[in-house]
Amino acid sequence: MIEFFRKLFAPTNSSQTAKERLRLVLMTDHLSLAPDMIEAMKRDFIDVIAKYVEVDRDKIEINFEQQDKALAMLANVPILAVNRNGGSNNGDGGKGDGGKKTEEPKTVEAVATATAPLPRRKRRKKSPPATVAPSNASPAPAG
Amino acid sequence: MHEVQPEPVPVAQKAKRGRAIVITSGKGGVGKTTTTANLGHALAARGCSVALIDADVGLRNLDIVLGLESRVKHNLLDVLDGTVELDDAIVRDKHNASLVLLAASQTREKDEVDTEKMKALVERMREQYDYVIIDCPAGIEGGFKNAVVGADEAIVVCTPEVSAVRDVDRVVGLLGNKFRPQLIVNRLRPALVKKGKMLSVEDVNAILRLPLLGVIGDEPEIIVTTNRGEPIALRKDGATAAAYHAIAAKIAGEDVAAPTVEIKASGFFGKLGAMFGGAK
Repeated sequence: MIEFFRKLFAPTNSSQTAKERLRLVLMTDHLSLAPDMIEAMKRDFIDVIAKYVEVDRDKIEINFEQQDKALAMLANVPILAVNRNGGSNNGDGGKGDGGKKTEEPKTVEAVATATAPLPRRKRRKKSPPATVAPSNASPAPAG
Repeated sequence: MHEVQPEPVPVAQKAKRGRAIVITSGKGGVGKTTTTANLGHALAARGCSVALIDADVGLRNLDIVLGLESRVKHNLLDVLDGTVELDDAIVRDKHNASLVLLAASQTREKDEVDTEKMKALVERMREQYDYVIIDCPAGIEGGFKNAVVGADEAIVVCTPEVSAVRDVDRVVGLLGNKFRPQLIVNRLRPALVKKGKMLSVEDVNAILRLPLLGVIGDEPEIIVTTNRGEPIALRKDGATAAAYHAIAAKIAGEDVAAPTVEIKASGFFGKLGAMFGGAK
């Protein structure tokens, strides 16, 4: 009887575990077997970020890491400057610190995605009354 | 990888152009040699002329599995070197005269094989036999390359294990599209699959996505047949022998029902079930 309940409440069976491990290991294998693809993707990725902020291309690190049950792409993108107009032509904008000083929502959004999901309190406070986000393009605010 | 020549050969000159199939897997110990021996016998039993080449130079085993070790005098490398004629090097099977073996060398090494010569040899053998089946060594190095160079079809053998599936995935990637690889799932234990303790054929092939050629159960008798040097495909009955013959039929282009491996009746209730639910 005890055996029965133990079986009933057993986590997942080992073939399930095998399937899960196989899926992950093959993703990693396929990534490592396609270095050209990875390089091209990194380039495109950096280009997209660079459209919004000035990044230190030499210090960008992009790695793939197995996290519990998923494969994650981890990017560490040092930002040199944030362009005030949010345009692709940078050069003047505030140098030195990360994206906090800009007001342009578009720019901040890009930074947030690139580094870590930074909560944007300002907008969140503004948003609640209106369901539709005001003028500011993206439907980003999650709260 | 290696380009195939279209081969506009005058028919009168070359009467035959058999199929060259490599049996591979990447991982060792999944049953490549056993598969090669049994498919050789199963195809020969259909009346085809079959030549088996043991490409596992340095670790020759196919002769043992076939029970031909005492007859082997010369080997693949002797033929590639040109010191022995092909017809003198091949060994005819005890049970079926239309099955022959070209054994590997036990004393020499894999990198002594000349890839171009190997390709030419397989090409030559295809003119004499309906099937040339090449038993590939484990690994993906030179030995693998030499084993596949003359083939234009591949059969990959995979056991329902994470490591074996991973290696087959790699090998299939290396083979590319040219070889149209087909899958044999080997050593399946349906009872374990049912209990969720073993990957199922579907699980394996959800990842590999290959045409499924056949499924072979984890048959304890294989050990006995290997001990004796009498491949199980020689037997008149039994699910495993039948499975090999079904695979041979499928290779030969026959319409064969989707492969299944029955759950072995074990214990009283299992036997009872088998009596009533009664397989074929």
